[in-house]
Amino acid sequence: MIQLSNVLAIFRRELRSYFNSPVAYVVIVVFLAIIGWFFTSNLFLMNIASLRVVFELVPLVFLFFVPAITMRLLAEETKSGTLELLTTKPVRDIEIVTGKFLAAWALLAAALAPTLFYLLTMLFLGSVDIGPVLSGYLGLLLMGGVYIGIGLFASSVTENQIIAFILSFLIILALFLMDKVLMYVPEGLASTMEFLGMDYHFSNIARGVIDSRNVVYFLSLLSFSLFATTVSLERRKW
Amino acid sequence: MSIAVRNLTKLYNGTPAVNDISFDVKTGEILGFLGPNGAGKTTTMKVITCYMPPTSGVVEVDGLSIFDHSLEVRRKIGYLPEMNPLYLDMNVLDYLLYSAELHQIRGAAAQQRIKEMVHVCGLEEVRHKDIGELSKGYRQRVGLAQAMIHDPEVLILDEPTSGLDPNQIVEIRNLIKHLGRAKTVVLSTHILSEVQATCDRVIIINEGKIVADGSPEHLQRQFHSADIVTLELKTGAKDPILDIAPRLRVLAYVNTVTLLGHEGPVSRFELHADKGQDVREAAFRLAVSEGWVVLELRRNITSLEEVFHKLTMA
Repeated sequence: MIQLSNVLAIFRRELRSYFNSPVAYVVIVVFLAIIGWFFTSNLFLMNIASLRVVFELVPLVFLFFVPAITMRLLAEETKSGTLELLTTKPVRDIEIVTGKFLAAWALLAAALAPTLFYLLTMLFLGSVDIGPVLSGYLGLLLMGGVYIGIGLFASSVTENQIIAFILSFLIILALFLMDKVLMYVPEGLASTMEFLGMDYHFSNIARGVIDSRNVVYFLSLLSFSLFATTVSLERRKW
Repeated sequence: MSIAVRNLTKLYNGTPAVNDISFDVKTGEILGFLGPNGAGKTTTMKVITCYMPPTSGVVEVDGLSIFDHSLEVRRKIGYLPEMNPLYLDMNVLDYLLYSAELHQIRGAAAQQRIKEMVHVCGLEEVRHKDIGELSKGYRQRVGLAQAMIHDPEVLILDEPTSGLDPNQIVEIRNLIKHLGRAKTVVLSTHILSEVQATCDRVIIINEGKIVADGSPEHLQRQFHSADIVTLELKTGAKDPILDIAPRLRVLAYVNTVTLLGHEGPVSRFELHADKGQDVREAAFRLAVSEGWVVLELRRNITSLEEVFHKLTMA
C-alpha cells in the first residue's frame, strides 16, 4: 500500500532540489546541445529532416545522463544521515523510492520535452508520420525509466556518489550491449540475450510498433529495479 | 505515553552494542541516557525510533510494538538523531513544511504548526535562510523544530547539545525543559551537568549494560561511599598533625583525618566518616571547646561525575 501524499512530498522536494542546484540545468543544456547538434547538422548539411537521429542517439546519451541525475538520490542521504531522519518518519520505504524515482523521471521528461521543437520544425517543413514519433517518445520514456530505476538502485547500495555513477553506468551498459554482442555468444544463449537486451525492445517501439511484449519488458525491469532498491534500503534492518 | 524496553540486545557483527537491557519510561518523564561514547545509547535510540530492529528483545511505545505497528510508533515519536542531519540546500520554512508533510500534516494545519515551531524554537530571524547558512545553534533549533512539528508525545533526542557553545547549550537545555513538560523525553548525553540540569531520571549505560538507574539525587546518595567533611581551622598549633589531627580522629564515626594544607596558623583537614554520618556538628563543638576559629566547614557531596566515573571506569 502506498500513500500518494507521502510520495508527492518526496517527489516535490527532490525536484526542487534538482532545480535549486546547477545539476538540472547543466545536464539539460548538455543533453540538448548534443542532440541538437546532430539533428541540425543532419537537417542543414545532409538535408535530412528526421527524428531518427534523436531516437538512435538519446539512449546513448542517457547512458551518461541518467547515472548523473540518479547518483545522489540515496547515496547523499545515506552519507549525510538524513536517510535516518527520513526513514524514522511515518513513511514507507517504497514511498521514498517511488517519490525519488518520479522526480528523476520528471527531470528526464523535462530534458526530452524541448526536442519536441524538432518535431514542430519538421511538421513545418513537410508531412511527418506522427505515429512512430509518438511511440518513439514513449519508448524513450520507458527506457529512461528503467535506466533511472537502475541508477536509483546503484545509489542505494553505496554512500559514495562516484561509485553509484559507475555502478549504474556499468549495469545499464551491460543491458544496452546485451543484444549487440550476439555473434560472440553460444547459439543457445543468443535468443535469450537478445530478448534481455534493452535496445532490441526499444528499437521495436521506436519503429512504431507498440507490442505489449516490449512494454511489459520495460515495465517489469522497472518494477524489479524499484523493488530491489526498496529491499536495499531495508538492508539496514538486517 | 510510556516506553517499555524489554531484554533489548543488538549485535553488530556478533559483538553486542546493547546487551540485554530493560527499562521503562513513564509518561511525562525526562529521562537522561548517560554513558561514555560507544556505550550503546545511540543504538538503543535507533531501535526505539524504528530505524533498525533489535537482534532480540521487545520495545513498545504506548503499548504498540515497534515490529507490528512501526508506522504508528513513528507517528508518535519526534526524533533528533546524533549529528543532527539536515538538508543544507533547503530553507528553514520549506524544510519544516516537508517534515510536516511527511507526518501527513497539510495545508492550514501545517502552516499553523510551522508558525508555532518557528516561534517556540526562536527561528523567526532565519526562517527564509538556507539551513546550510545557519550556525550550529540555529541548526540544532531547526532539528528540534522538525522533531516536534507533529506535536509528538514522545521526544527522542540523541546528544541534543553536542557541539554547541556554552550559551547555546543553556538555551537548548531550557528549550527542552520547556517543551518536555507535557511530553515523554529521552535524551542521551555524555555531559553530566546536562543530566543534572534537565532530567528527572538517569540511566547510566556502559558497554551495553545498564549500570545505574534512578534520579540524579538518588544516584549521588547511592554511590557515595563515605561522607567527607572539609574543615579549615585557624589555631595557634605549631604542628597540626600532632596537635589537632588526633583530637579530630577520636570524634565519633570519624575514620581518617588527612591534612590537606598548612599555612601559618591556618590548617585544612579532610575528615572521612562512616557512610551516612554527618560529623560537622561534632567537629564544630570540638572547635568551640578548644577555642579554634572555624574558617570553613563543608560536607562534600559525591558529584554525579564521580558516580559516572566509578561506574564506567571499573
